[in-house]
Amino acid sequence: MASTSADRRPDYPVERLTGWGNTAPTTARVVHAHSPTEIAAGVAAPSDRGAVARGLGRCYGDAAQNAGGVVVDTTGAGEFSLDPATGVVTASAGASIDELLRGLVPWGFFVPVTPGTRYVTVGGAIASDIHGKNHHKAGSWCDHVLSFRLALPDGSIRSVTPESDPALFWATAGGMGLTGAVIDATFRCPTIGSSRLVVDTDRSDDLDGVLALMTEGDDAYDYSVAWIDMMATGRHLGRSVLQRGWFAAPDDLPVGDRANPFAYRADVLVSAPALVPSGVLNPLTIRLIDEVWYRKAPKVRRGEIQTIPQFFHPLDMIGTWNNGYGPRGFLQWQCALPLDAVDELRRIVELLSTSRTTSFVNVLKRFGPGNPGPLSFPMEGWTLSVDVAVGNPDVARLLDEVDDLVLAVGGRLYLAKDSRMKGSMLRAMYPKLDEWRAVKASVDPDNRLCSDLGRRLGLC
Amino acid sequence: MKDALGSVQSALVLGGTSDIALAIVRRLVDDRCARVVLAGRDPGGLEKAAAGLSREGVEVATTPFDADDAEHHAAQIAAIFAEHGDLDLVLLAFGVLGTQDGFDADPASASRVVHTNLGGAVSASLAVAQQFRRQGHGTLVVLSSVAAERARKSNYVYGATKAGLDAFAQGLGDALAPLGIDVMVVRPGFVHTRMTEGMDAQPFATTPDAVADAVVRGLRRGATTVWAPGILRWVFAVMRHLPRPVWRIVSAR
Repeated sequence: MASTSADRRPDYPVERLTGWGNTAPTTARVVHAHSPTEIAAGVAAPSDRGAVARGLGRCYGDAAQNAGGVVVDTTGAGEFSLDPATGVVTASAGASIDELLRGLVPWGFFVPVTPGTRYVTVGGAIASDIHGKNHHKAGSWCDHVLSFRLALPDGSIRSVTPESDPALFWATAGGMGLTGAVIDATFRCPTIGSSRLVVDTDRSDDLDGVLALMTEGDDAYDYSVAWIDMMATGRHLGRSVLQRGWFAAPDDLPVGDRANPFAYRADVLVSAPALVPSGVLNPLTIRLIDEVWYRKAPKVRRGEIQTIPQFFHPLDMIGTWNNGYGPRGFLQWQCALPLDAVDELRRIVELLSTSRTTSFVNVLKRFGPGNPGPLSFPMEGWTLSVDVAVGNPDVARLLDEVDDLVLAVGGRLYLAKDSRMKGSMLRAMYPKLDEWRAVKASVDPDNRLCSDLGRRLGLC
Repeated sequence: MKDALGSVQSALVLGGTSDIALAIVRRLVDDRCARVVLAGRDPGGLEKAAAGLSREGVEVATTPFDADDAEHHAAQIAAIFAEHGDLDLVLLAFGVLGTQDGFDADPASASRVVHTNLGGAVSASLAVAQQFRRQGHGTLVVLSSVAAERARKSNYVYGATKAGLDAFAQGLGDALAPLGIDVMVVRPGFVHTRMTEGMDAQPFATTPDAVADAVVRGLRRGATTVWAPGILRWVFAVMRHLPRPVWRIVSAR
């Protein structure tokens, strides 16, 4: 029998994929890559509907899905190496922050940036240009990247540094994987004095209080983030627990821990879905959790010693907390607003908290200046991130309304979290969008790098 | 693409002049839907319907489609997808009601109604399913009827076709669920439309706009079955179990 091109198409398994929010599932043929070379081969595999790389699937929406096309699962390609003399790490795209920390912390190094979960990959960190509690001091992930190798749909592999090809480097930083698939990357990691942090806690009764604390005090801390109670209204609107800290020196540790200052354990206490009952996170339980969380925090506490998982990744102790929102799933909405948009920030908090639709993981932080990435999210100002359960029919209109407020003050939404914004807002939120499109067109003229998010927002 | 809250960006209507379908599509284009294809038999009616949907930034196209021509459904629907690109939502809205007097006088005409309402709907749905599998996503909304729940003596031919279609759509939905493809069965009660003009309204009569609101709410929460009005779900939970002599009296109203 004569062989046709269709016959030669590799028989990849068809899988149903969603993001961390469990919404809008689609199916794709999934290539499980185990090395940088296999990632590159997956991206160039025959596909009528293009390809996109996927890491640990922690984007909340549809960024790492490609309906009807190819999705390259990079998590099998997880090798990395550290040069202990310089702190420079070279890692395959699928290496996770979890794996990196297990390797780095005992040597006295930390990752340059970590989000609220350690289950993100190096490839995903670049594609979303992730940020963390140290953004005001250290910027976002790509500010620490020295180089990466990018696989393109024509089968070629390009080495990219900020000096050799600044346009492609920065278009890939936050480019949601649509300018090529990162196969490996080299980045600089900071040294730490121990694996513990010195943490100061301040509780604020309202939004103005916490904003003032951050404005006045953040510069004294390497890491800073506020948990904001989105169920509180009226006089307590925006009440928050602000946690700030820095890595402890060995002498700061309790005497018994000084002998082994870099000890690191990161356990998942609960991970079986059965142990996180579906729908356990509902308005009633969330009100209760929020109240307890706020009440248990001290008004002021200084110099508490916390571990890395306690301070950075508390939710990772419950491996599948996302299932708590039930089968319809949830979404996360994260905006960035200019520093002077405090009234709009208050209005947004007010609209979201009085709607009684939110939520569990709500974070407020002050960003430092952004970087040159046209689609990189962070910009100097405030960032607010909230969970929203899906299912209440009024949520769509509510979120459109808060989007309009964000747009009106020159703010933007985070694409790694997005699962429902209007594509027409993108140009105003990301004024350098056309620059980004030009770079994409130059490396991917046939638009073969594509994702559900890209289709939804008109990026591919 | 459909988003996390069930908003779609493109839609195809099979039976593009249906009052209920057009009420649904009006809500979709007021939200995020920017591409609509109306398919049907009556070019004049389609043009008029398209004009009623025009909004800034919304593309509306019309295309001929014969629900009775099952032989060509697969090719025709493939051609629509090829020309218009991804279609996030397909609304299966064609169907004829007929009159019992007409069927009594001309039994073959009843068979033609079965062919359109059931045979044509089944082949069109399967043709849509082929395209949804290819594009890896999609939502099929099938207009069934409360008449599918229990046949009444005044319109049992129509009721039989909707009962068949309803069962088919449920099975199709279960088959496609693992692929991230949704099938929503909509069961309206008596709806004031051109199809029911001049007929006596039944209890819980509703309007195309009310049905459309129910469908949009259903899309938002990922529903697989939508009753319009919602109370009919509970009414029919009782009705379907009434003894036949009682049902005969109740349904005569």
